Amino acid sequence: MAIGWYLAVSAVIFSIGAAGVLVRRSPLVVLLCLELMLNAANLALVAFSRMWGSEDGQVFALIVMVIAACEVTVGLGLIVAMYRRRMPLDVDDLRELQG
Amino acid sequence: MSAVLFFIAAIGAITGAVGVVMLGSQFYSVLALVIHLVALAALFLLLRAEFVAAAQVIVYAGAVMVLYVFVVAYVGGGDEEATRSGLRFLGPLLALALAVELCVALLGTALKGISSKGARFVPGFGTPADIGKLFLTKFLLPFELASLLLLVAAVGAIVLARRRRGLEPDEEREARYHPRLPAWVGSMAEAGGLTRFEEPPAPPAAEPEPESAPIGSQS
Amino acid sequence: MTATTFGWLVLLCPLVGMVVIALGYKVLPGRTPGWIATAAIGLSFACAVVMLVKLLDLPTAHRQLTSSLWNYASSVGVNAKMGILVDPLSVFMVLVVSGVSTLIHLYSVSYMSGDRGYTRFFAYLNYFVFSMLLLLLAGNFLLLIVGWAFVGAASYLLISFWYRRTTATRAGIKAFVINVVGDVGLVLGTFFIFTHTGTLDFLQTFAAVPHVFHHNSTDLVVGCLLLLVGAFAKSAQVPLHTWLPDAMEGPTPVSALIHAATMVTAGVYLIARMHPLFELAPTAADIGAVGGCLTLLIAGTIGLTVTDVKRVIAYSTMSQIGYMIMGAAAGAYSGALFLLMAHAFFKALLFMAAGSLIAAMAGNQDLDRMGGFRRALPFTFGCFLIGGMALSGLPPFSGWFSKDDILAFLDHRGGGFEIMGIAGYIGAILTAIYTFRLIFRAFLGAPCPEAKELEEGHLAHAEVPTNPQTGEVEDTDVGFPGPEHHIAEREWPMKVAMGTLAVLATVGGFLEVPGVDDAIRRFLEPSFSTSQLAASVPSTGADWIGLVIGAAIAVVGVVIAYRIWVLAPGTAAVIRERFAPLYRLFVNKWYFDEIIDYAIVRPAQWFGQVAETVIDRTLVAEGITGGTVSVIGAVSAAVRRTQTGFLRYYVALMLLGVSGVVIYFLVAG
Repeated sequence: MAIGWYLAVSAVIFSIGAAGVLVRRSPLVVLLCLELMLNAANLALVAFSRMWGSEDGQVFALIVMVIAACEVTVGLGLIVAMYRRRMPLDVDDLRELQG
Repeated sequence: MSAVLFFIAAIGAITGAVGVVMLGSQFYSVLALVIHLVALAALFLLLRAEFVAAAQVIVYAGAVMVLYVFVVAYVGGGDEEATRSGLRFLGPLLALALAVELCVALLGTALKGISSKGARFVPGFGTPADIGKLFLTKFLLPFELASLLLLVAAVGAIVLARRRRGLEPDEEREARYHPRLPAWVGSMAEAGGLTRFEEPPAPPAAEPEPESAPIGSQS
Repeated sequence: MTATTFGWLVLLCPLVGMVVIALGYKVLPGRTPGWIATAAIGLSFACAVVMLVKLLDLPTAHRQLTSSLWNYASSVGVNAKMGILVDPLSVFMVLVVSGVSTLIHLYSVSYMSGDRGYTRFFAYLNYFVFSMLLLLLAGNFLLLIVGWAFVGAASYLLISFWYRRTTATRAGIKAFVINVVGDVGLVLGTFFIFTHTGTLDFLQTFAAVPHVFHHNSTDLVVGCLLLLVGAFAKSAQVPLHTWLPDAMEGPTPVSALIHAATMVTAGVYLIARMHPLFELAPTAADIGAVGGCLTLLIAGTIGLTVTDVKRVIAYSTMSQIGYMIMGAAAGAYSGALFLLMAHAFFKALLFMAAGSLIAAMAGNQDLDRMGGFRRALPFTFGCFLIGGMALSGLPPFSGWFSKDDILAFLDHRGGGFEIMGIAGYIGAILTAIYTFRLIFRAFLGAPCPEAKELEEGHLAHAEVPTNPQTGEVEDTDVGFPGPEHHIAEREWPMKVAMGTLAVLATVGGFLEVPGVDDAIRRFLEPSFSTSQLAASVPSTGADWIGLVIGAAIAVVGVVIAYRIWVLAPGTAAVIRERFAPLYRLFVNKWYFDEIIDYAIVRPAQWFGQVAETVIDRTLVAEGITGGTVSVIGAVSAAVRRTQTGFLRYYVALMLLGVSGVVIYFLVAG
């Protein structure tokens, strides 16, 4: 298949992830949607790596995975901490940034 | 053959992604993400990134998702109500527009490689040996930095999530160090002059002491 | 050690004295601060004498020495040095200033004791002497301006010395403001000259001036007129004179030192110092001479009517400085400086005697209440009489030789100057009248109660200390005059100071007797070697004719005064009635205060009010400041709305931004 197809799939997945961030209320699902977006980026990176025949893109994708893992760890840690403090697990109720 | 495989994997990945967003239960969302990740790993394989695909399955679909499942089980992931915000409808539209725009941007580039099947395949491309060599030579510094980042994240997560004094609200300590301010105080609202801070009602004036009777008048 | 080294020492002594007294104000007991201050100035005087001797050792042509400690600023076109100029002119002035200052310090040791601000007083006084010497020794315009401003500040501090007296603080402010007008004139004048010569140094300026300026060129005339503004403000000449009578609110030694002997003569010094400029700009010099002439007449007429003892002497100071300014501007430099020296002697003496008299009156300065102090205060009377005779120009006192030196020179120059000379003689007769009016009214006649009490050995003390101007009740704590009064008869330091000055006022004139002696002119010669005006002097015969006329006029003035106030004491009232409008004009000081009030102060106040209400409150506070605040408030209120706290909105905005950027590149690419 042409590389363009992969890129199109990547764009679609990214948009689905963005839509998820925009509409879901649970912070956990928001994190999942962020994973979707990161994975879409990974797919694009690997596709380009294939296109150029260079492995640098794959290395980049691996590093993105590491970043994603970190983000998940910290994000889940936050969710657990919030749960412990009996705060609502709902991004609409966590509005302390309101001006 | 590869086209068939691509379509199966791509549809799987997109379905999984849609499932993550659409499924009401958090638990199902996580499972949908697992499907998505596995399908994505297949796409990686098609792109001859075997090490990345393996890492995807092992690290992501394996370890990270297990973490998610644990947390969902811990916080009791029930169904969530749809948001009341206007973005409930606007969000998908925005996402659609974004998808179109990204497709235009990615496919509309003048890169010749986009319509090709990729560069000539060299044996050993994307194998763990090659990637590992890159990591230990060309990308040594990012590799080490990533390790450090992981360490920091791990420590941070433990610090955040551990059970400790102070995580539970301690009213007395709170009051001592952070006197309870009225809502809005210290916020941008106050700076903007639109404070809703209202003076607490003054305590009722102390009743004047009843005049003590002159000494000796009662005895 | 050269003369300049001693020049620096002259400056150093009062500075050290000031610092020691100021820092030790808590630990110095009793009269110690006064003695320290006196010693500092005395040392300074000694250094000045050594400086004189060293200078006289040099050949005449090499008597202009400069020395600089370091560079203030050395940049493009400006080279400002911390430098002094030691030449006969500055040495002469330094000698007069430090000598008279020493005696006045000595007088103050007694006179001010009992005042709660004793230490502060001497710190100020030393500061003043330092500033004055700095002004005199300055070798460039920059230091001159520094010294000029310093003496203004010292004058302000000392006029307002009794700072709880409203009249004193107001007088201080008035003096300071008018002096600042002069400072501005001096600075601007310096600027006008500097732009052409490109140097601040005096000697270089004088050397450059004939090459860069045409005779009477506009810029030079403007520069000199601005310098004259400085000189007139400092020397209390019309119309910048109104601060000097009010400055009499300060303690009497201050009046003697600053407002008679030294600071107010700075204008004369400035004109003499800048004579190469003024001689190239005769227009400015003539205006200066006319100003001095007007001042001596106006001040003389006011002096006839004022009844405050110190103010009469203050007006006579104005009048005498008018002579000096007139003389210096007309070219009679050595005459003007001779009168300056003689005036420093007899005017300081008069003020000291007046201080003793006022002390005997328990602080009261009203001439109407005095009388018959001749027997009660014999020493003071003697000193006052000597000072008065010198001031009136009776032979053979110093005032006679010096004032008539100037007038003879004016007659010698001829033309318009002859008219000024005649005006000077009119002024002289006025001087004699009001001086002897003071003497006759205060010392002759029937003794007033205070004089009678003193004759019996009791120094009068006011029941309640009051302000002599307003009659307000005061206490004797710090900020008001102290409880004790000191008269010369009972205090040896006062006696020594006044006696020395009396001798000097008597014999000082013999330094320059036409045809016999020419000490001052010869000594000052190197400073005025380039001057063409100074080279032409009236003949000895003309000088003597002038002296005889002057003596005759003084005698006539004394006789008139004797006729009015002693022989027929009612005459004054009759004259007052007959010339009522004239009397009103004089007693209201020619309405200068009112004119300045209406012409400058009120418009300025009106403008200030407009500025305050319209510009400041409405435009700035409400418009600019308030407007900014409300605009920022409105904007932040609007921006605040976007800060909903909803995470999804932030994400949406971010996505919008990213897609906006992508669209931009798509379109632009």
